[in-house]
Amino acid sequence: MTDEFDAIEPHSKNGTLTSYIIGFLLSLVLTLAAYFLVEKQWFDRWTLILVITALAIVQMIVQLFFFLHLGNESKPRWNLHSFLFMALVVVVLAGGSLWIMYSLDVRVMPAANINSEMPHD
Amino acid sequence: MTKSVTVYHNAHKEVTERTILGFWHYIMSDCILFATLFVTYAVLHNNTYGGPTSRQLFDLPYVLTETLILLTSSLACGLGLLEARRRDKNKTMIFFGATFLLGLAFLALEINEFYHLVQEGNSWQKSAFLSAYFTLVGTHGLHVASGLLWILVLMAQAWFGGLTWVIIKRFMCLSLFWHFLDIVWIFIFTLVYLMGVIL
Repeated sequence: MTDEFDAIEPHSKNGTLTSYIIGFLLSLVLTLAAYFLVEKQWFDRWTLILVITALAIVQMIVQLFFFLHLGNESKPRWNLHSFLFMALVVVVLAGGSLWIMYSLDVRVMPAANINSEMPHD
Repeated sequence: MTKSVTVYHNAHKEVTERTILGFWHYIMSDCILFATLFVTYAVLHNNTYGGPTSRQLFDLPYVLTETLILLTSSLACGLGLLEARRRDKNKTMIFFGATFLLGLAFLALEINEFYHLVQEGNSWQKSAFLSAYFTLVGTHGLHVASGLLWILVLMAQAWFGGLTWVIIKRFMCLSLFWHFLDIVWIFIFTLVYLMGVIL
């Protein structure tokens, strides 16, 4: 009776007390690591940005695995497939938008600056 | 187990799996929504229009407190789901009650933060940076608020109707939603707050 629902539940094996505790402790360590790296400013700016982004991505993977149990499902793995498709859309959408906006900033803004300097000439 | 019981359970299993997959697709589409808001913020975060910059506004220890509270509520939510699966109604109520209270504390801290920003004249009308900031963090806050309402409704349903398989299915969707909000917050904490202080 106690595990009656577990028998018919899709993610049965994954959700254990240990997995939640491990996920929580890893997330805690990663959060505090990112926080203290920024507080202490041990690295230069760009290294720090890369390290912090990497820590966030690692923490995302930790939580996807230990809290959302992604990657532990059986056969068709629809959850994982739709996650990967979403990731692809986000990369195209976010990467593409940032690229376009950066390009516009570089190519269009100098012209605007020249125009604003024209009265001085 | 007789054959009819097995058929009955297989039907429940199928419905549960389909519901979870459908809800997962909703969460994936919500990820894309947040991605667009993150990009908007990334593009606009230097456009302060003479107003304060992110470095002048953000208080890191305060935001770390918010982060840790939300992370703990995510843990409580996961433990609550375990108890719900064991059909332990009292423990389910305790853990989801803790999830609710921690979520409420998080939301209160965030609203307090917004209130002080607006009080000091740094509302969303001040600059493009602040518009993007309030849109991104506010959308997350709105999700947390609707999650809180959902927890309350579901706890009432479980309390009066018992932990039936339908209620457990709903708890599973709720916990997916709540863990997802924590993942979004990791990126807000890193990309908005931590990087806002570095840059």
